[in-house]
Amino acid sequence: MNTQHRMEERLWEYIDGTGTAGDKQQIEDLLQQHAEWREKYRELLEISQALKSSELEEPSLRFSKNIMEEIAKLHIAPATKTYINNRIILGIGLFFVSLLVAILVYGFSQMDWSSAESNSISDKLSKVDISKFFNNSLINVFMMVNVLLGLVLVDNYLNNKRKQFRKEA
Amino acid sequence: MSAGLNDNELISKVLRGDQQAYAGLVHRYQNYVFTLTLRLVKNREEAEEVAQDVFIKAYKYLADFRGDAKFSTWLYTIVNNTCISFLRKKKLVVHSLDDEKVFKVADNRDAGFRADGVEQKSKQAMVNTAISRLKPDDAVIVTLFYKNEQTLDEIAQVLGLEVNTAKVRLHRARARLKELMETQFSHEVKDLN
Repeated sequence: MNTQHRMEERLWEYIDGTGTAGDKQQIEDLLQQHAEWREKYRELLEISQALKSSELEEPSLRFSKNIMEEIAKLHIAPATKTYINNRIILGIGLFFVSLLVAILVYGFSQMDWSSAESNSISDKLSKVDISKFFNNSLINVFMMVNVLLGLVLVDNYLNNKRKQFRKEA
Repeated sequence: MSAGLNDNELISKVLRGDQQAYAGLVHRYQNYVFTLTLRLVKNREEAEEVAQDVFIKAYKYLADFRGDAKFSTWLYTIVNNTCISFLRKKKLVVHSLDDEKVFKVADNRDAGFRADGVEQKSKQAMVNTAISRLKPDDAVIVTLFYKNEQTLDEIAQVLGLEVNTAKVRLHRARARLKELMETQFSHEVKDLN
């Protein structure tokens, strides 16, 4: 079964012309030497030709007219790249990268490199005191900023919806 | 009028405000798009509705077509996405080989074609019927490869797959199609040989 399956797979590659030149030569040799391969090849080639010659389905006669009537009411939307500002994306990226670098620099500068107690970096890193920066009030401020940003986004979204609704009305 | 222009020239005209140039693109691709939607949606009326929706979406977002791929590949990506969201909305049960309804429709169509008595037509009808009996995923990949003349790279792009996955899926779809043709259309397959 598997050999049969593999044979079909290789023959399909040969028929589609997707194999390498080496594969092609190998298949041609196999076709010359084995009647079983020739038989299967003929069978698959018939199917391939039948598939190529099958007709496309046709929609109704009003199809294109309906589309043209519909698009007459529309405007082409501006390309996405015109309203996505790459500088903003770059700015956000830079913010996160610098945050990461700042945390790493702070962490490494707080490590006690001279201590002989522990040798691994993870041991040293676990002794770094970050409570000075990541305390409850900092987390609260962070959460508040997020909530505010969320509210601004919701407000923007609802404003757009309202404008769209008015335009349609 | 627009028949001699290639896709990119037609698109440029549309983007410059010549809405009528879009009719050229619709005319060029309507059968391809409709065949694909029919393979996925499996109902003529709904497939036509979805295909119209595809062309309307493509028009609306035409400015986003960057021209680094073929227009047809970009269009078929919209077909795939639109069909998927349509099927999700309708919560259609995915038709499979054991779907009686599809069999019935396909049988009727097959009988109709056989009654034509035209041998070539019958062979084409047999192939079309066999494809329509495949699962939508298999039917689409076979249609994209054979009818819409998309390469494996382009198919992978349309369906959002790795090229190797697309290749495996195409092999699998063809194997199922072959099995189906041998079991359901043994007489026609003999004629074919």
